[in-house]
Amino acid sequence: MNFPAELQYSRSHEWIRMEDGVAVIGISDFAQSELGDVVFVNLPEVGDDTTAGEAFGDVESVKAVSDLVCPVTGTVCEVNEELLDSPEKLNEDCYGAWIIKVENITETEDLLNAAEYEAFTQEEG
Amino acid sequence: MSYVPSTPAERQQMLRALGLRDFRELYRDVPEEMLLDRELDLPKGQSELEVSRRMTQMAEKNTRFTTILRGAGAYDHYIPALVKSIPAKEEFLTAYTPYQAEMSQGVLQSIFEYQTMICELTGMDVSNASVYDGATAAAEAAAMCRDRKRRVTLISGAAHPDVINTVRTYCFGSGDELRIVPVKDGKTDPEALKAMLGPEVASFYVQQPNFFGLFEDARALGEAVHAAGALYVMGVNPIALGLMKTPRDFGADVAVGEGQPLGLPLGFGGPYLGFMATTQKNMRKLPGRIVGETVDSKGERCYVLSLQAREQHIRREKASSNICSNEALCALTAAVYLSVMGPQGLRQAAEQSMAKAHYLQKALCAIDGVELVYPGAFFHEFVTTLPRQEEVLAALEQAGILGGLPVEGGVLWCATEKQSRTELDKAVAIVKEVLAQ
Amino acid sequence: MKLIFEKSVPGRRCAILPDCDVEQVSLPEELRRETAPALPELSEVDLSRHYTQLNQRVHGVNCGFYPLGSCTMKYNPRIDEDMAALPGFTGVHPLAPAHAVEGCREVLDTAAAYLREITGMDGMTFQPAAGAHGEFTGVLLIKQYHRSRGDLGRKKIIVPDSAHGTNPATAAMCGFEVVNIPSGPDGCVDLEALKAVLGEDTAGLMLTNPNTVGLFDPNILEITRLVHEAGGLCYYDGANLNAVMGVVRPGDMGFDCIHMNLHKTFATPHGGGGPGACAVGCKAFLKPFLPASRLMDGEGHIQVRSFAGNFLVVVRALTYLMTLGREGIPEAAENAVLNANYLMHQIKGSFSPAFDRICMHEFVLNLSGYKKETGVSALDVAKSLIDYGMHPPTMYFPMIVHEALMLEPTETESKETLDWAAQVFRQLYELGKTDPEAMHAAPHHAQIGRPDEVRAARTPVVRWTKP
Repeated sequence: MNFPAELQYSRSHEWIRMEDGVAVIGISDFAQSELGDVVFVNLPEVGDDTTAGEAFGDVESVKAVSDLVCPVTGTVCEVNEELLDSPEKLNEDCYGAWIIKVENITETEDLLNAAEYEAFTQEEG
Repeated sequence: MSYVPSTPAERQQMLRALGLRDFRELYRDVPEEMLLDRELDLPKGQSELEVSRRMTQMAEKNTRFTTILRGAGAYDHYIPALVKSIPAKEEFLTAYTPYQAEMSQGVLQSIFEYQTMICELTGMDVSNASVYDGATAAAEAAAMCRDRKRRVTLISGAAHPDVINTVRTYCFGSGDELRIVPVKDGKTDPEALKAMLGPEVASFYVQQPNFFGLFEDARALGEAVHAAGALYVMGVNPIALGLMKTPRDFGADVAVGEGQPLGLPLGFGGPYLGFMATTQKNMRKLPGRIVGETVDSKGERCYVLSLQAREQHIRREKASSNICSNEALCALTAAVYLSVMGPQGLRQAAEQSMAKAHYLQKALCAIDGVELVYPGAFFHEFVTTLPRQEEVLAALEQAGILGGLPVEGGVLWCATEKQSRTELDKAVAIVKEVLAQ
Repeated sequence: MKLIFEKSVPGRRCAILPDCDVEQVSLPEELRRETAPALPELSEVDLSRHYTQLNQRVHGVNCGFYPLGSCTMKYNPRIDEDMAALPGFTGVHPLAPAHAVEGCREVLDTAAAYLREITGMDGMTFQPAAGAHGEFTGVLLIKQYHRSRGDLGRKKIIVPDSAHGTNPATAAMCGFEVVNIPSGPDGCVDLEALKAVLGEDTAGLMLTNPNTVGLFDPNILEITRLVHEAGGLCYYDGANLNAVMGVVRPGDMGFDCIHMNLHKTFATPHGGGGPGACAVGCKAFLKPFLPASRLMDGEGHIQVRSFAGNFLVVVRALTYLMTLGREGIPEAAENAVLNANYLMHQIKGSFSPAFDRICMHEFVLNLSGYKKETGVSALDVAKSLIDYGMHPPTMYFPMIVHEALMLEPTETESKETLDWAAQVFRQLYELGKTDPEAMHAAPHHAQIGRPDEVRAARTPVVRWTKP
């Protein structure tokens, strides 16, 4: 399983990358593999507020649905609408297929680095 | 008689295999004091013949009307023979929900065909596999249109009262507000609607033709709704759609309706059929089951229950609806009806219903004291004034005719293709005779 | 198989309606539809054969064994159909005057009397159209009751994590917050977990008993007492009533309201997904809140659908109830339980029951150990059963058991069917050890191979379109 070192990770299996004060958020390789084939992503709208530790959307596989939990408190400034048509990108390239970008960040939950996260997934798995 | 096939000897054999002496031992987890220590206070079981006699007696206590001139949400259309015999087939009849696609292609394909027919009728892109009835379809539509910001539902006061009450009950459940748009001259008041629309409004529901049988100015209502950023829900009569513009043509985002006219018997109110269709954009908000096409492991076309992650068994408390069982066999009935009638037959049923209602209206209104209450084009129902209402309806009943439904301001009459001119003439003659006395 | 639209030939039709015998009227042009709906155009023989072919691709309980857990697939008697087809019932307009529908009223009243006695309840309504709809009706009773007392702080409904999805979905539809409590290892309510969440904000508890793993919760009186003490009400999900009807009554367990699925317990056919019908019963103090009662907020009254309910389904259920009568009702329950235990016992040497003890009317197999050993999953076993003409059990439910297969044979299966079914399970158990590939690829002789559900969900095709 692949956990790029330049990213940070949440315990609910999202990855996060900071770009000039904007948080880019997606799901980890572990998350996509546990979900199986992703068939749909429910996305928030630009302008929606997010709260650290709370759901901002969800991902559907054929027989399951999982919340997407936001690691930061802020405002959604961009959503990856390509995922609406091609949810399989989350399986094929989970680190390229970001889900949302959040700005005006006021709070960030306690995140893990790649090594810590890998250890965490081994406990979970 | 309990339909248990095993003999007493076989039951003993099975108990012995389990190391048990009697049935009571099977209920060892049930606290002793809770077990029913007496027989049920009910009649003892009866043979098929006895039950048949008893049920037939009850059926015969109902008045059989040979002519029904009453609609108001339940319509007496002709039901072709094939429409009765196909859904009575043991396989269609006694299958459960098609969870196992490999054993249920017949049910799944029939639903896929039904969905296509509903899309064709309504002009919409996606139909679900059915909900309970027209009223719950309206309530489900209201729920699917709400989002975090827009919570208020508007409904036309000219919708069927049962629909209004059902939507109101669902709104009471979820804690959302329902506001009723006033009626003017038997139709939704467009000015009142405009005044009631606002940023808090999620959707507006109009019935076409409405409860009084009148055609609403549905396009203009829809334009007002969209101008306010709300969604437009139309409840439509499926027979009228053989003739009338589709909800899509009128600008609707969601089309719903009571499918009973499509081959289902009046049956004292059910089972009926709620149909529900929407645009591609709102597909994933549509509640209930949806059948989709795919391929099997050999690459052959087949059908499955699809988009299930919207539903309660996966989404639980986050699901937008709790619906599980639907009205699949009624949907099959409607599909058989629509294929037996075909585009021409459906158009014929619609034209003749409309023609006979207009014939009846003219003849009734030629009688002194009977007048059309609302102006405007109507389909197969209309309201007239009727002096000495009770007396007239009783006289009709004496002749085996169920007259119109008493409503505020008069009587709501209905005619369909099923009534012959002779039957209509007879009813009119009776009304005339009573009022001439 | 071709779709009905692909068989359509322009110009073909059935002769159903006569020419119009009154003057035609035309719809105003602005209302007229421009193109006719593309419904199929076929002759009557084409249609009869099309639907007969479809019908041959359906497995109903009257065709063969259907041990679909929690769905109570018992034989659907034909007499019930005959009675529901009596013209004296089918031709009744729902808005006919009261004196013209006395027979229908008698059907509803008689069925209500049977069900009140079976459940130990005082009030009964047949308005809801299906189980989930009955849950909605029942939980609204709870909501109305608390509101009538001005007790507005009761915002939470407690649901065990082993519950059917409809329970939490219903509570949410009724505006309640759902509190999920973990079940004990046997699927029964964990009393400590229950006590921890009960309080002044508790509106009620929704429970199935026997529970979703097929066990009767022996602490039921304690559970309902605790909820009542906290000021909440107890809702009985009647999905599993078939195990106990005539033997023990939900009303005597301390429940305040109940729904029953007539299409499960009372043998009405399920028609490939519906129509169902539902009766909701309640104790006397809740009767003032049944459908037709005044809404506690604002104007209007409780009404969950149009008219009086799925009446013709109630006719079927009453026919069944009258046939069984006071001795046949408990006999059905006892034999449902006997058949489940016997089948579990016969399978036991192979696949393992999740709970190896006397069960009620259904039981759950846990295949997680078997899957580890062989790679063969519950899904593989289910799909393999299809090749034997047996409808698979409920899969992957309840969620508290991994690799679950849930079997409910019902009372209408004979000993030889159960012996045969057990033998099939044992055979598959062995096959999985020697030839797991064959089971991964199953079914081999069904209408279709396994469908690609991912494709169906990712690129939805939900209607036929003219090529």
